[in-house]
Amino acid sequence: MKRSISSVWTYFILIILFFAIIIWMSFSGISIKTGLDDDKDRFSVAMVTDTGGINDRSFNTSSWEGMKEFASRTGSKARYVESVQSSDYYTNIDKLGDENVDLIFGIGFGLADTILKSSGINPELNYAIVDFSYGDDTPDNVSGLVFRAEESSFMVGYIAGMTTKTNAVGFVGGIAGQVISQFEYGYRAGVDYAAKKRGVNIDTKVQYAESFSDSAKGKAIALKMFSDGCDIVFHAAGGVGVGVIEGAKETNNFAIGVDMDQSYLAPKNVLTSAIKNVGKAVDIVSTDLLNGKNIGGKTFSYGLKEGCVGLPDENPNLDKKIYEEAIKIQEEIISGKIFVPYDLETFKEYQKR
Amino acid sequence: MKKLDNILKNPLVSTVLAIILGFMVASVILLAVGYKPGQCLAVMFNAVFSRPKFIMNVIIKSSPIILTGLSVFFAFKSGLFNIGAEGQYIASTIVTTILGIILDLPPLIQVPVIVLGGVLAGALLGAAVGFLKAKFGINEVITSIMFNWIALYLCNYVSNSERFHRPESDGTFSIRDSGFTNLFYNWKFSKEGREYLKNNQFLNDAVLKTDFSLNFIIAVIMAFVVWLILYKTVKGYEFRVSGINVDAARNNGMCVERNIVYSMLIAGALSGLAGALTVTGTGSHNIHVLAIFENNGFNGMSVALIAGGTPFGCIFAGLLFSGLIYAGQSLQFKTGAPSEIVNIMIGVIVFFVALTQFMPTLVDMISKRRNKDV
Repeated sequence: MKRSISSVWTYFILIILFFAIIIWMSFSGISIKTGLDDDKDRFSVAMVTDTGGINDRSFNTSSWEGMKEFASRTGSKARYVESVQSSDYYTNIDKLGDENVDLIFGIGFGLADTILKSSGINPELNYAIVDFSYGDDTPDNVSGLVFRAEESSFMVGYIAGMTTKTNAVGFVGGIAGQVISQFEYGYRAGVDYAAKKRGVNIDTKVQYAESFSDSAKGKAIALKMFSDGCDIVFHAAGGVGVGVIEGAKETNNFAIGVDMDQSYLAPKNVLTSAIKNVGKAVDIVSTDLLNGKNIGGKTFSYGLKEGCVGLPDENPNLDKKIYEEAIKIQEEIISGKIFVPYDLETFKEYQKR
Repeated sequence: MKKLDNILKNPLVSTVLAIILGFMVASVILLAVGYKPGQCLAVMFNAVFSRPKFIMNVIIKSSPIILTGLSVFFAFKSGLFNIGAEGQYIASTIVTTILGIILDLPPLIQVPVIVLGGVLAGALLGAAVGFLKAKFGINEVITSIMFNWIALYLCNYVSNSERFHRPESDGTFSIRDSGFTNLFYNWKFSKEGREYLKNNQFLNDAVLKTDFSLNFIIAVIMAFVVWLILYKTVKGYEFRVSGINVDAARNNGMCVERNIVYSMLIAGALSGLAGALTVTGTGSHNIHVLAIFENNGFNGMSVALIAGGTPFGCIFAGLLFSGLIYAGQSLQFKTGAPSEIVNIMIGVIVFFVALTQFMPTLVDMISKRRNKDV
């Protein structure tokens, strides 16, 4: 018994000693020279991916491409940190704050809370968030980057409406929310536009997969839609969409890709893609900050006009005439002649017109 | 020579030696894949010690794994292997978050109520495992692994459920402010607080920029409580006897079955406390969809192993582990070493520390051989 008590005291003394050392150390802050070039003078940008990772072949990849492009053009430094779990977001953003980064990007609305919290704690740093807007509450050191994805969705909707032979098309969404609504209603409006032009009724089937990663579910939904008579399915569902495209390949129907030109996934069965070029927006915002523009406290919206959304240059499966018509529509959208809805309310308004 | 043998047999000395050995082997691995080990170790050192904020973060991040470490340690002392610390932790975060959102009480009541809810959830999950083992002899390892998965998917279900899911996110709403255990939370973001902290570099770094909370102190107190239960109470004595020899315990009239349930109940409560305090004190104060386990419970197993024979060892092991993880993240960012290499490094160090327990045996073997030669 005695022995165990004395050992407890030893531990107590150790604990106290340990904390004395830590407190002493933390006041002074000890560091060793690492010989690593910290590049304090170089402009530096960095991004934190969401859980999709840097190779998601979608907006994380696209952002990183844009960042690399920016870095090589201006001689800046670009870095990224991947997140495996949502709980990594804060740690990653926080760590970047210690690294002399001039602009920290959070990719995806999942990081919105984290960016808000970090920006409050570190008012001296600059942040940007992709696909999210804080609206009027945007902090002075944060920029929001949102995309008018409904514009490119309208164009692919028009293409789908013009191309369909069964007069039925489908839409597969990821998890319902503001961002995916843009795709859905833009697409449906585009299909309606084509239907009116052709003077037929086109049925649009809409289903959400409640996931951004379950590609098996995407395939199941697509197969169901194809067997129900659809011959073209558009997806805005991240990894789920890979399954949708697979389903199109299996049944020899058409799928429409999203975010990047996805025709490489099934060269014969991807009609076109609604490109959302996040990288370009990342590039624009970084360049603005480098040139000394004040970008904080605002939300920037990017669409056809800025060249941040659109169609791929080459669409081998697409009828040339329809493509040219789509490009005409693009100009009408840019000039404001065609109003494109982005949620249920504006869609109802659109239908009334 | 005998003196040297005794020094080497001291658990503290052998643990430190093992850590040094672990770092040496990790250096060899780094060298083999083409990174400068000296530089990497310096980066890791800086990542932990170069700013008050970093030290504070390591301390804050150590609290949950100290608690789950204590949980595994406690069960281990009673002859049980609590691999379910992870699930108990998750179950507790779920209950704490749900209660924290639903209830709206004054802070002085809100905090204890929601933390207690979490602790209870962990304890019940632990007790269920103990009960299945005591009543039907089902191996606790299998049941607790299954409970881990049940808790994980329950967490995902709640995160996506209509009542709690926050739109445009992959998690739930945050719990109400009244449930936060962060210290000075409102003050440090207020105008006066910011003004005050601006002039104090140390506090600015250590308090404003971190999730400054009571969690670590509670973890240290719990280590003491675990020691009290195990070594100063009759029940604790019974637990330990069952841990060393079940038959002896039974023959001496101890109700081994009941003790299994009690022991797992306490172990589960400790893991539950880890989960509850994490929700109330750190991060975004909510739960979110889990793709994989966050390893708070599994790291607790390593912590308990490294801790050696006493609950107080868990404190140091937890700090070491959280320091390694925290420094590892910086290492990846600063040197570009792939995260896999960083994890291998951490693994190697833990491996060698876990070998510590063989140190006395090794010393005995060497001294025996020496005696033979004489």
